[in-house]
Amino acid sequence: MTDTSEPIGLNGVNVEHLLGARTALGETPEAGQFKWRVTNEWLHGTHSKTHVEGYFGLGGEHDHKADYTFESDHPLVFAAEDNAATPVEIVLTGLASCLTAGVAAVAQVREIQLRSVKATVEGDMDIAGILGADPEVRNGFSNVKVTYDIDADATPDEIAALVAQSQKRSAVYDILTNPTNVTVEVK
Amino acid sequence: MQTTTVVVGAGHAGLAVSHCLAARGIDHVVIERGEVAHTWRTERWESLRLLTPNWQTHVPGLAYDGDDPDGFMTMAEVVAFIERYARLVAPPLETGTTVELLTSNGDGYEVVTDRGVWLCQAVVIASGGFNVPKLPPVAESLPDGIESVTPMGYTRPQALPEGGALVVGASATGVQIADEVHRSGRPVTLAVGEHVRMPRTYRGKDILWWMDRTGLHDERYDEVDDIVRARRVPSPQLVGTPERATLNINNLTDQGVRLVGSLAGFADGKAQFSGSLRNKCTLADLKQGRLLDTIDEWVDENGLDDGVEPPQRFEPTRVEESPPLTLDLAREGMRTVIWATGYEPDHSWIDLPVFDRKGRLRHDGGVVTEAPGVYRIGLNFLRRRKSSFIHGTEDDARDLTEHLAGHVGASSPAP
Repeated sequence: MTDTSEPIGLNGVNVEHLLGARTALGETPEAGQFKWRVTNEWLHGTHSKTHVEGYFGLGGEHDHKADYTFESDHPLVFAAEDNAATPVEIVLTGLASCLTAGVAAVAQVREIQLRSVKATVEGDMDIAGILGADPEVRNGFSNVKVTYDIDADATPDEIAALVAQSQKRSAVYDILTNPTNVTVEVK
Repeated sequence: MQTTTVVVGAGHAGLAVSHCLAARGIDHVVIERGEVAHTWRTERWESLRLLTPNWQTHVPGLAYDGDDPDGFMTMAEVVAFIERYARLVAPPLETGTTVELLTSNGDGYEVVTDRGVWLCQAVVIASGGFNVPKLPPVAESLPDGIESVTPMGYTRPQALPEGGALVVGASATGVQIADEVHRSGRPVTLAVGEHVRMPRTYRGKDILWWMDRTGLHDERYDEVDDIVRARRVPSPQLVGTPERATLNINNLTDQGVRLVGSLAGFADGKAQFSGSLRNKCTLADLKQGRLLDTIDEWVDENGLDDGVEPPQRFEPTRVEESPPLTLDLAREGMRTVIWATGYEPDHSWIDLPVFDRKGRLRHDGGVVTEAPGVYRIGLNFLRRRKSSFIHGTEDDARDLTEHLAGHVGASSPAP
């Protein structure tokens, strides 16, 4: 699918392809229907392992180049074994990865050369929520803060605009800032 | 009944088209469901004024010539201006006539009205771009006991129930209504999505004067990067007042209006808002900065005979640290939701295969290429950035009637 014969240059994002896909969706909107999938299996204690193998999109099934796995556990302060990152840290990972990918893509479109892009992501949480100690406190983050440190051939306002546009087009930013219907069933 | 061209709508755009058709000697009729300037008379709130200054109000053959060029017309003044234009153009006019159907009959078109059928070679749709309030899907799940008001039904704050109001949307309509409803003693919460921030005046001139002067208003639909997005851009946060005041989110915050993110839904009597408020405001602040940069660069390159005030930058939009994500409507005393979420044109009477999957009319700068002889005027960014403004009609009417003349085989306009 990806045309690798043409040099991409700058930040290495194939925006021609992405913009072409947007045009194609205007004619065949059903191709835009994607289904992302993971499978998760309990290991021991609070430790579990997730596999990401394939997804549906553009009218067909696709495999990743490899079987990507993520382990997750709870931390020592919860008297767990801390075999891996906690699930909420993986959510922050998703947010940062999504926004950074967006920054690179928008910079590519705007022909801005990036030299380094670093993000620090902090999620504030009152665990009185997940412990059921205070019904007024939600389980999830009370606030999420992302701080970017970007070195690029651009003015401060142009860099701010990259980060703002990345949020506007980010899937994970939308997932975190807006409600989503979630259905959990037992087979 | 038979004519060469049927023009649907006798607002400023329909009359401008009639003026241009008459200049070319093209036989036509203008059909109007009510009377001249019907929408301006009946579907706009009482305090509304044009957001374009008087000097900018001009149409083919008529320009504002009053003694307050920097003022902004009230609706009564707009109606009077369009009535005066109608007397000048003196079009072949059928008022009180509703078009029910537009269809092709092979050779040309049939325009079916409640007072007879017109057969014609060409049709110009000038029935307005802001006919139907566009409500988001969440409007359907509004809790019981909360009044739902659209800008078309809205008249004045005192007609709303006492109590708080949630205004959804912060474009021109949203900020104007939020301002007067809050001043009426009904505390307003404003749900802010994508918006366009502009100062009323900049460096001593109206911002729309700069948009004209720098050529931004003349930017063509086939020159911009992404016309689909450009046509969706909400109307700028501008208001026409005698004081030429700027109305932006910071002014509303200073008055005590509460800001929240886009309305995401209703659950258990609570309204839910997006956590994206800060970024929506940042996007608008940055975009305003780029507009002012463009103006400053233009001044540096071109100069101005009479000089202008020095450049200025404005305070960024203030957003509190953690804006509320949910509000219990009953507990907050909220009685009304006002949907300032945009308008759509009503094309429901057009039975031609000219619509995309979202129901939008497909056209090439107002030329409906899939139905030769059919034209549209008066939509956002139809041919130029200024197309939805009254003065934007002038160039569009001339371009489209020129194309139409070619279609019906008419000669050049009379000198």
